[in-house]
Amino acid sequence: MSMLEVRNLQVKAEDKDILKGIDLTVNPGEVHAIMGPNGSGKSTLARALSGHPEYVVTGGEVIYEGKDLLAMDPDERAREGVFMAFQYPVEIAGVNNSYFLKAALNAKRKHHGQPELDAMEFMQLVQEKAKLLEIDRSMLTRAVNEGFSGGEKKRNEIFQMALLEPKLAILDETDSGLDIDALKLVANGVNAMRSPERAFIVVTHYQRLLNYIVPDFVHVLSGGKIVKSGGKELAHELEAKGYGWIDAA
Amino acid sequence: MTQLAEKPAAFAMALEKRPTGGARWLEDLRSRGAARFAALGIPTVRDEDWRFTNVSVLNSVEFAPAGPISGAAERLHGFAYTDAPVRLVIVNGRFDTTLSRTKGLPAGVVAGSLAAAITDHADVVQRYFGQLADFTSRSFVALNTAFVQDGAFVYVPDGVVLDTPIHIVFVSGADATTVMAHPRTLIVGGAGSQARIIESYIGTTGESYLNNAVSEVFVGENGSIDHYKVQQESVDAYHIASLHAHTSRSSRFSSHSFTLGGRIVRNDAVVILDGEGGDCTLNGLYLADRERLVDNHTTMDHAKAHCGSHEVYKGILGGTSRAVFNGKIIVRQDAQKTDAKQTNRALLLTDGATINTKPQLEIFADDVKCTHGAAIGQLDEEAIFYLRTRGMTYAEARDMLIHAFAGQVLEGVQIEPLRESLEAELFDQLARDLAEVDGAGQ
Repeated sequence: MSMLEVRNLQVKAEDKDILKGIDLTVNPGEVHAIMGPNGSGKSTLARALSGHPEYVVTGGEVIYEGKDLLAMDPDERAREGVFMAFQYPVEIAGVNNSYFLKAALNAKRKHHGQPELDAMEFMQLVQEKAKLLEIDRSMLTRAVNEGFSGGEKKRNEIFQMALLEPKLAILDETDSGLDIDALKLVANGVNAMRSPERAFIVVTHYQRLLNYIVPDFVHVLSGGKIVKSGGKELAHELEAKGYGWIDAA
Repeated sequence: MTQLAEKPAAFAMALEKRPTGGARWLEDLRSRGAARFAALGIPTVRDEDWRFTNVSVLNSVEFAPAGPISGAAERLHGFAYTDAPVRLVIVNGRFDTTLSRTKGLPAGVVAGSLAAAITDHADVVQRYFGQLADFTSRSFVALNTAFVQDGAFVYVPDGVVLDTPIHIVFVSGADATTVMAHPRTLIVGGAGSQARIIESYIGTTGESYLNNAVSEVFVGENGSIDHYKVQQESVDAYHIASLHAHTSRSSRFSSHSFTLGGRIVRNDAVVILDGEGGDCTLNGLYLADRERLVDNHTTMDHAKAHCGSHEVYKGILGGTSRAVFNGKIIVRQDAQKTDAKQTNRALLLTDGATINTKPQLEIFADDVKCTHGAAIGQLDEEAIFYLRTRGMTYAEARDMLIHAFAGQVLEGVQIEPLRESLEAELFDQLARDLAEVDGAGQ
């Protein structure tokens, strides 16, 4: 059984039709890259899959592990193992990052009938995962994303992913605004989590990220539809020829 | 400002029966207060300072002077930190010796009944009493002054550092009739002294009364006073109070005001930074729900140079409640190098809740730093969504954001057991309000 089955998905945002019929099948263990020019609907796909209230599904269906994903609230999707790394992580004033991480982790554990982690167990887990992404102490004690640099915010997203261990991770332009060192850190974090049970949807504008997170499939989105799908070599072709080549095709 | 006096018929009878006797200066002060109140009357919405707060209802209630009430000891239960080791209990305006406990205070410290202090510490009381709480333009201060009889008195001599906070608990209640009380508090800190004082106003819901309180605080040179006000009146009560504080050279004063109860609430906080190098923090957190009205008027008066002031007021509004925030900062001509900052934020949980907010800057010096900001709004939907994508339910996400909002003011409470019980009371009340919001939404 596939993990995610997107069939003829149509999505509206701000009264504009953005996605005009997306079909996508994702199996456990696969990494799918979604590429496309600005305004093609890449981020809309990511947000619709995570349940953003401003993205209204007007047609089609999404089956996740045999269940109707679109019928689930955003938090239910999260507890069922869907994770989205935000393109623009939200700053949450007054909420301590480590307190937030613990609440998120325990929300999921409770959902799956596991006991909540105590402070000690939580800190051990945090220390283990923090190393890989070079998350320092101050990032844990500050308010969520508040005053974080662009790179810190993105690292914090992947760090959350590492803690929450989703089944399906959607990365929404996680590479945007990152220098090469930060990009490598983030890519390492993602690669460390690749496994036969876990799938990734990597939304990106640039091929650069895919040098570090090598995808199994590349899909090109244009005008709200997937216009071309292929293997990792498709990303290189796009890099060489530009998106104009797709539009002309 | 014209104040068209509405004939205070409701108070005329009571004023005739106001307390008399005692020291000559006091008797004289009461008479002047009564005369001034007779001229001013209860403020109307035509008065700029009362534009959004209609208290005309007070004219139509017949308030009897508050007397003793049944079960005063039981009435202390269920309120924040009323089990403090040092506490002064004032029941319906009168000091209660049996419920109060002041053991273990350092030598020279006076904490007790104001009525007693008027006789026993006449020199200190006469020197400070009424020096800040100006009744010429403030109706309710005039009314309070007319009725001065008892309340709390705290005196901390020069150089004494009080480790234990002093909790003044004002218990109000009415067995049958609607009553009014006019408690008075005088706090005097000597040079280099330090004290933490809590004023709590508590009342049992269902009981209706007017609590018209006035407090005056003097911070001595190089001294420090932290003042906490926890207002948990009956939700059927009128709470009108003013806090007047005065700082001296290199002294610091902080005020932390928490409003949880009361049907109509008006808090005036007036601080005069009257010595160079002074510092003042004025923080407030208020919860308004149902049809309650909460009005906070603050005045930060920078009279001398090199003083800093920091003000944060936050409100959480539900139901069809209304709130008013008016923050005045005065920087007088001599107050060069003033650094004043004011922030006012309100969270509206329902469409029916409203707030009127106004910063008011009056700056007469040229080398000053003065900033103010106001933000009124709903919870950030993007933040809620972000938290939900991490597995928290809508209610969990919302509560987390509201707690964070309130947290900034709560964190300023430096008395651990007070903060803990206050936090619990506050979040309990919030949970009830939010349950109501959720119920209405379904």
